[in-house]
Order: sequence, then C-alpha cells, then structure tokens
Amino acid sequence: MIPLLRHIFRTGILTEPAAAATDADGIEREIGRLHDELLAILGRALTIREVDAGSCNACELEVHAMNNPYYNLEGKGIKFVASPRHADMLLVSGPVTKNMENALLRAYECTPDPKLVVAIGDCGCNAGVFGKSYASCGAVSEVLPVDVRVPGCPPTPLAMMQGILAAVGAAK
Amino acid sequence: MHFFDDPHIDFAPQPGQGAPIWCGEAPSGFALRHFAESVRRGGGRIAAIWGTDCRRTGEGFHLHCVFGCDPGHLWVGLDLPADAPHYPDLAELFAAANRMQRTTRDMVGIATEGGDQRPWLRHGGWPAGWYPLRHDAGDPPEFANRPTDYDFVKLGGEGAHEIPVGPIHAGIIEPGHFRFSVVGERVLKLEQRLGYQHKGVERLFGGADLARGAQLVGRVSGDSSCAYAWAYADAVESACGAAPPPRALALRALMLERERVANHLGDLGALGNDAAFAFGLTQFLRLKEDWVRLNAKVFGHRFLFDRIVPGGVAVDVDAAALNAIVEQCAAMEPAVKALRALYDEHAGLQDRFVTTGTIDRDLAQELSLSGMAARATGVLLDGRAHRQGYTPPPPYAALGVRPATDERGDVAARVAVRFDEVFESLRLLRLLAVGMPAGETRVEPAPLPGGRGLGVIEGWRGEVIVGVELDGEGRLARVHPHDPSWQAWLALEFAVLKDIVPDFPLINKSFNLSYSGVDL
Repeated sequence: MIPLLRHIFRTGILTEPAAAATDADGIEREIGRLHDELLAILGRALTIREVDAGSCNACELEVHAMNNPYYNLEGKGIKFVASPRHADMLLVSGPVTKNMENALLRAYECTPDPKLVVAIGDCGCNAGVFGKSYASCGAVSEVLPVDVRVPGCPPTPLAMMQGILAAVGAAK
Repeated sequence: MHFFDDPHIDFAPQPGQGAPIWCGEAPSGFALRHFAESVRRGGGRIAAIWGTDCRRTGEGFHLHCVFGCDPGHLWVGLDLPADAPHYPDLAELFAAANRMQRTTRDMVGIATEGGDQRPWLRHGGWPAGWYPLRHDAGDPPEFANRPTDYDFVKLGGEGAHEIPVGPIHAGIIEPGHFRFSVVGERVLKLEQRLGYQHKGVERLFGGADLARGAQLVGRVSGDSSCAYAWAYADAVESACGAAPPPRALALRALMLERERVANHLGDLGALGNDAAFAFGLTQFLRLKEDWVRLNAKVFGHRFLFDRIVPGGVAVDVDAAALNAIVEQCAAMEPAVKALRALYDEHAGLQDRFVTTGTIDRDLAQELSLSGMAARATGVLLDGRAHRQGYTPPPPYAALGVRPATDERGDVAARVAVRFDEVFESLRLLRLLAVGMPAGETRVEPAPLPGGRGLGVIEGWRGEVIVGVELDGEGRLARVHPHDPSWQAWLALEFAVLKDIVPDFPLINKSFNLSYSGVDL
C-alpha cells in the first residue's frame, strides 16, 4: 500500500489547469478554459452514453482519452454511463451500419427527454471514407436528430470536449 | 516446391521484401481438402479465407485460403465454376475456418459443401441471395432492415439459463452480441454473434486506386492502422514489383512499434480498472497520452493514420524528432517498470488475474491462434522474430527481436506478455531511431494490371493479413483484410469456460479484440 500511495503522490495532479498556459500548442490552457465553461453552464453533472454505431474504433480510443488525467472529464462531473436511460447525451460514432441501425434507434428511444446527440468523427458527421452503401446508413444524422457534429479522423479529445460544451451551451 | 509432403499443390515464393509467402493453386476441391489435412497433421494453422468473383473476365469464382506454418504463409487458390461455386468444408479440420467460410458465403455467394450454413455478417440489412461482392450485384434491393433471430446453440438442464449482452455494451467499446449460458454465475458456454460493425469496407475497394485503398485499409481497425497499412503496402508492392527504400522500412517499423506500445499501455491500464484498480487506468492512460502526443508532434497524427503508403511512407522525420523518440523511450521504461512492480505486488489484482480465462497451448494451436494471446500460452510465434526455418522481413531481421512468451495462458500471462512486449518495443524503437538509414522514404509503385500480392504483418494483437488483386487497368479489383481477432474471438469463447460471469470483462479486455476488424 505504501509504494502505491508514494507513486500517487509522486505523480501529482496532471489535469491541465487554466493558469498553466505553458504548452506551446495551448492545449493546457484550452482544457482549463473548457472545464470552467462546462461547470458554469452545467453547474452539476452531465451523463453521456457513448454508442459506437459502426466506427473503426479509433473514435472510442479518443473518447477513452477524455477520461485520462490530462483531460479529466469525469473529474468535472461529466460521466459516461452504461444505460441510455441514465444519460442526458448520446455521443455517437459512425457511420451507422445497417446492422446497428435498430440498436441505435432503441438506445435513442430509451434516453429520457430532453436529450442531446453529438455525432463524433468524420464518419459520424458525414459518413467519412465509408459513405452510404448497402451496409451503411451513412452519417448519424441519417438516423437520429443531431445537435452537434465533431469532425476529425478521429477527433481529438479536445475537439470532443468542445463539441460536448457546444451542445450543452446551445441547450441551456 | 511442396509443403507438408503433400504432392497436390506446387508452391512458388512470392517476390518482394515482405514476410515469406509461397503461392500455389489447388487443382481441385479434393486436393485443397487433402492439403488442409496435411497442414493440420503438420501443426500448421488456418490464417485466412476469402473469395473473389472472377466472372467478369470469363472465369468462375476463386477461393483463397492462407495457411500459416513454420517457414511462413502458404497462399492457396482454388478455381470454382460459376454455376456451382462450392468447396469442401475446412471447419472440420480448423474450427477457426467456420466464420470465415460463412462470411465468404454472405459476401460472395460461394459456400461449403455441408457444415454450418448460418449467415454471419448478414443480419437483416439485405436479403439472402444478394451478394455484395459479386461484380454484377448492383445496387442493393429495397429491403426493410428488421432485426433477425439468430440460431444460438441452446443449453438445457436444470437451472441453466441465458444472459444476452449487447450489441451495445456497458462500456465505451465496439458493439457485438454475447450469449452466455450459465448455471448460477458459472459460465457453461459463450456464443458470440458479431457483424454489427459491418460497413461494407471490402466492396469499397473494388475499382478504387491504390491511394484510396491505403486510406480504407488504415481504417479497418483504427487501433491497428499501421499494421493494416503496412500489410496492404507489402501486398501492393509485391503485386507491382516495387521495393520501398530502407529508410521507409525503418520508419514503418518505428510506427508499428509505437502503435504496439500505445495499445499495450491502454490495455494494461484498462485491465487494472476491470479488476477495480482504478489507479492502474489513470497511470497508464497518462503514459499513453504522453505517447500519442509525441506521435502527433513527430508524425502529425496521434494514431499514425495514413502515414504508411504503398511504396514507402508519407512522412519523414528529422534528427531532433528521432532524438525525442529515444528520450521518450528512456523515460517510459522506468515508468512502466515501476507500474509493473505495483501490479505484481498487488495481491487483489493478482488474485483476479491468475488462473482466470485460461487457454492452453494445445487449444491455441487447435484454434489457429496467433499473436500476443498465442504467445501467452507458450506458442513461440512472432512474425518479427527468427524461428526454426523462418527469417523475418526487413528491418526486423537485423534487429534480433526477442518474442515474449508465457506458459500460463491466463489473464496474468497476457498481462505479463504485454509488459514484456512494451519493454522489447522500447528497445527496438531506440535501435531503429539510432540506426535510422539515410535516403529516400518512398518510391512510386506503378500499378501492374492483373498483379496480386499478400502482406502479413505482426500487429500488436497478432498477424494482420491483407490480400490484394489488381484488375486489368491496374486498379484494385479485390482487397481482403484479415484481422487476428477472427481466430482470437473463438479463443475467447473457450477462455471464459470454468470462470464466472463477472470475470468476463477482465478476460475480454486481456484479449481486447477488434470488432470492426472482423466485421469489415
């Protein structure tokens, strides 16, 4: 237990704060600003159900990254939940496959109103490299009403945080 | 030349710089079946199966089977008549052939004689009898997309019941359906139904140019983008007679090893988390973020998409960038070592890892398993490393890769192999960065009409295989990407037996298989 605690202590807090605008890319400053805005708008928790409706799995890698200590989404009360019934927002990657169309629609129906839908990735936004086909319905908006689109292949964690913020801000 | 003392099929080596591959044609379905029996007897494995519609050029259909053996891979073709495209069922010999054969029927409409005839990738989205990869398939018929029933194998008996899971899972992962048959918490059987990620990738390759093919193949499974792009590039270069320069090969290896480390770091963290050790997730995700941020800085993409292209690489790096890679490796090694010590000494974590989700070496070979999961049972199979009768392709031949193995075959073994592979990859990365050859990074491959090639790359999960056939104009006629998860999904069905339902997420994560890679 002691080595564990020592390791935690040595690692320190890595979440990039608003004040530490040292990063050349401005990533740290941006994360801090986003956190402040999210808190100001929400004032409390936001719950998200992520649905992979046909992605290549790279979008999911970046969704996971949002929960790493640098971006620390959950630390600000934004939480990924298991059931759409517990969710305020669906974060959907695409393209929506024909084989996932029914499951995605059911997840949407199970999400209580008012609900937000954020489409992530080029495929979720405009069907991307896969397009519409016998197996693909195309963009998420072909199947569900979409509030905000976050393009990118895959979108960076920062871009997704901005997208979540935009959706919440517009709904407020 | 002949393999496994089988006289029916004569093989010739495939030209090119990639992994060693021999090509041969089976004169008949009987000969193919006979050869497959010889492969099985000789300890070989089934690596991939797919079909091609060749009727446009006045032929029938063509079946492709790739077998793995000690010296490399054997690519066997079989001509099938246009009016009766049937071939012998190989699933009796290799269990892993089952889903590949069912997919071949769903996609191209060539079927096995007997055996499992359930559809695999075709759910309710398009009608039976319409085959997307036939050249005259045209637009799909109007068809209501209704959920379909699937004929799961049912278990009876007192107290036995089923737990259906998915396609949407509880966590942030890809969709797929798991049907558990349980008594109490004990898992009696797991049957998977996949195909939810099927987005029609294979059809998109038809008629595409080489660059568009590279873009698509790098998105078959996003976590293995480099492995796919390299296997595709190998196949195209072999088909076109192009030889990428040494610097390009070293840069490809640099990116492939970075992809391997990134995935192992993420999974090692997630494995801690699935055993309620959130500390592990936080620590490893932090290291992974550092890792992919340097990817973005040096190569311009966090997951290195579109950096490996036919003929070479699309990005060059300067001395400062190579130095940054060496420095990062030097910093990463003690950081991961410290976490390994904490994992090893954590009694609660080890209690969950040890003896959970076990498959033994015999089963791994029976299921034609490759890659990290196979090495965790003691199978010494790594396409980057020398073994009896096998020389790895450049640049690995000169690096002296030491494959990581463990005999236990459980979650703990897969964790141990992943740790060892991180350290080995860090060593290789330093060797590659320090010894980076100078020179060009790309040649332009001239598309050779009618050419064909196969590429095999040892990705972080296992062997990624890409078969490429060019048409009369030098465009892509058919590309088949094969993920190691085809075989490993089957291994997962066995690994959960004897364990309890709450162990499944942990066992699943220790493999972390691709859905998109097999659903295509």
